[in-house]
Amino acid sequence: MEEIVRAEGLRKTFQLSRKQQKIEHTTLKKRVAVDGLTFSAYAGEIFGLLGPNGAGKTTTLRMLSTLIHPDEGDAVLGGCSVISDPAGVRAKIGFLTSELKLEDFFTPSYLYDFFSRLHGVDEQVSRQRKAQMFERFGIDRYAETKVANLSTGMKQKLSIVIPLVHDPDIIIFDEPTNGLDVLTARVVTDYLQELRSMGKTIILSTHIFSLVERLCDRVGIIIDGQMKLCGTLAEVCGGDTIEDRFFNLYKECKGGEE
Amino acid sequence: MTIIKKEFARFFGDKQLIFSAVIMPGLLIYIIYSMMGSGIERMVNDGENDTVVLKVQNMPESLGPVIDEAMTDNVVVTPAGDEISADVALLSDKDTNMVLLRFPEAFDSLVACYTPQSMTPAPNVQVYYNSANNSSSRVYTILTAALTAYEESFANRFDVNRPTDEVAQYDMATPDAIASMVWSKILPMLIMMMLFSGTMAIAPSAIAGEKERGTIATLLVTPMRRSELALGKIVSLSVLSLLSGISSFIGIALSLPKMIPAGDAGDILNFNYVTSDYVALLFVILASALLMATMLSLLSGLAKDMKNAGTMVVPFMLVIMLAGLLPMFQNATATNPAVYLIPFYNAIECMTAIFSHELSWLFVLVTVAANVAYAFIGVWLLTRMFNSEKIMFNSK
Repeated sequence: MEEIVRAEGLRKTFQLSRKQQKIEHTTLKKRVAVDGLTFSAYAGEIFGLLGPNGAGKTTTLRMLSTLIHPDEGDAVLGGCSVISDPAGVRAKIGFLTSELKLEDFFTPSYLYDFFSRLHGVDEQVSRQRKAQMFERFGIDRYAETKVANLSTGMKQKLSIVIPLVHDPDIIIFDEPTNGLDVLTARVVTDYLQELRSMGKTIILSTHIFSLVERLCDRVGIIIDGQMKLCGTLAEVCGGDTIEDRFFNLYKECKGGEE
Repeated sequence: MTIIKKEFARFFGDKQLIFSAVIMPGLLIYIIYSMMGSGIERMVNDGENDTVVLKVQNMPESLGPVIDEAMTDNVVVTPAGDEISADVALLSDKDTNMVLLRFPEAFDSLVACYTPQSMTPAPNVQVYYNSANNSSSRVYTILTAALTAYEESFANRFDVNRPTDEVAQYDMATPDAIASMVWSKILPMLIMMMLFSGTMAIAPSAIAGEKERGTIATLLVTPMRRSELALGKIVSLSVLSLLSGISSFIGIALSLPKMIPAGDAGDILNFNYVTSDYVALLFVILASALLMATMLSLLSGLAKDMKNAGTMVVPFMLVIMLAGLLPMFQNATATNPAVYLIPFYNAIECMTAIFSHELSWLFVLVTVAANVAYAFIGVWLLTRMFNSEKIMFNSK
C-alpha cells in the first residue's frame, strides 16, 4: 500500500490566557493540545481519528491542512511537507468541516466558480466537474438559488462540494456528520466511501463510534493529545466493539483522576 | 484578482448593500441638510406675512414717525386705551399676533430732562410681547432695535465703521479667502467621516465575516498566496469605501447651497477651485480611502466576529474625528514635511491646505507616498495575521 500521509511527532501547545486558567483550575501557562502524534494513512483508505472533545483532533487536522504550524514534528502529504512546502500541500488537499457556512448572498454556482478559480482549476474541467458534482448531490436544481434560500440539508451538501472543487487526492474532514440531518449524513458517508473507491485518501475526525465502525479502515484513538492506539479497525478493537475498547482505554488513561 | 472580483460581485450584486453604503449616505446627507436648510429658512420667515397689531399707549410725537418707518406694511399701529390689562392677558395666548408698547406719559419731556447723573431711574418703555409667537417676537425685535437706535442718537459722539461714500466695506478679506476659511475647516472632516462610515459598512463582513462563517479556512487552504488574499481584500475595500465617500461628497455638494441662506452669505461661500486643486484632492482622498480600508481590514481581521469588529472600530472612529477637528483650532497648516507622515492627520492637513488655496504638491506627494507605504505594511500585517492560528482560529 502506498503511504500518502505521514505525520511524524506532531506537537502543538497553546498559551492559556488568565481567564482560561481560571476556568480550568490550573496554573500552567501552556496546554499541550497535540503531543507527539505519529501516524500514517494510505491510498484508498479512510483513516479515522477517534477521541473525546478537546483531545486534539481538530488541531491535528488543522496542522495537516497547513492552517496551523506545528511546534514540533512534521507531516508529509502526497510528498509535500507542511513545514517546507505548505503551498504544495494545499494544492493536494481538500479541507472540510461541518462548521463551514457559506455566504448567504451567493448562489451555489457562483461559489463553486469562485473557489474553483482560487484553486486555479481549468475553466472547462471546472464546468464539467461542477455539473457532475451538483448532479451527484442534487444541487443542480438549486444552482442559481441564493444560499440563503436553500434548505439546511442543501447548504450542508454544498459546503461539502465547495472544498472539493479541485478534486484533491487527500481529503481531510473534521467531524463529517456533526450537525447534519440524517439524510445528509447518509449522503456524506456514502460519498466518502465512493471517494475511497476512487483511490483517495481520507482522514476524518469524529467522536461517533458507529461512524468509525461503518467507514474507517484504520483508526487512531487520541486521548489528551496522545495517540493511544493506532491500527486497522480489527487490530484496534481486538474482538471488542470499538465503543468498549475506547472506554476501557479511556479508563486506563484517566483512571486515577476520576 | 479573483478575491477582488468576488468582493465586488458580493457588493454590486446586493442592492440593499449598495443602497445602504453608497446611495444612502449621499441621499441622507442631502435630505437632512436640505431639511435643515429649509427648516431654518422657514423659522426665519415664519410669520413674516401675518398681520400684527401694534398697540401703543402714549405714543410720543418724536417717536411716531420712527416707529412707522421701522415697521413693515403688515404691522397695524393703533393707539391703546388707558386700561391695558385686558390686552396683556390676551397676549399670553400664543396665537395672538400682537405687541403692546407702553410709553410713560410725557415721554419726550421726561427724556429731555433726564441726565444719568440725576441718580433717579431713567424713563422706562415697556414692550409686552409673546416670544412663542413668531410674528409677535419679530415685531418686538424690530421695536427694541429701533428704540435702542433712537436712544443712541441722543448720546452719539462717534461711529465705528460707518459706510461712507468712499468706503463701502472695511473687511478687506477677499470673498475667496472667506470662503476658503469656511471650506477648509468643515470639509476635510466631513470627507474623512464619509470615507470612514462607508468603509465601516463593508469592512466587518470582509474578514471577520469570513471568520464567523468558517469560510476563512476554506480560503486559506487554497493554493492562493496569503498576501494575495490580503491585497485583494484591501484593494476591493478601498474602492468601495471610495465610492461611498464620493456619494456622500455629492450629497454635501448638492445640499450645501440649500443649507446656506441665499444672499450675502451665499455669495461669500462660492466654491472656486482650479483643476489642480481637484486633482490633488482626488489623490488625497484616494490615499485616505486606501489607508482607511487597510486599517479597518486589520481590525476586521483581529476581531472574533462581525459584532466584535463593530465594537473595535469605535475608538478608531474617535481618533479620526479628533484629527478632523484639529484644523478648526489652528490657523495655518503644518509646514514640516514630517507631519505629513502621520496617517489621517496628513490627509486632513492636505485637504485643509487645498481648500485654503495653499496647495503644496510636495505635501500631497508625501501624504500619498506615506499612505501607500502604510497600506503595504497593512498588507504585510494582514498576511501575517492569516498565517497566525491564534488570530484566525481563537474560537473563544
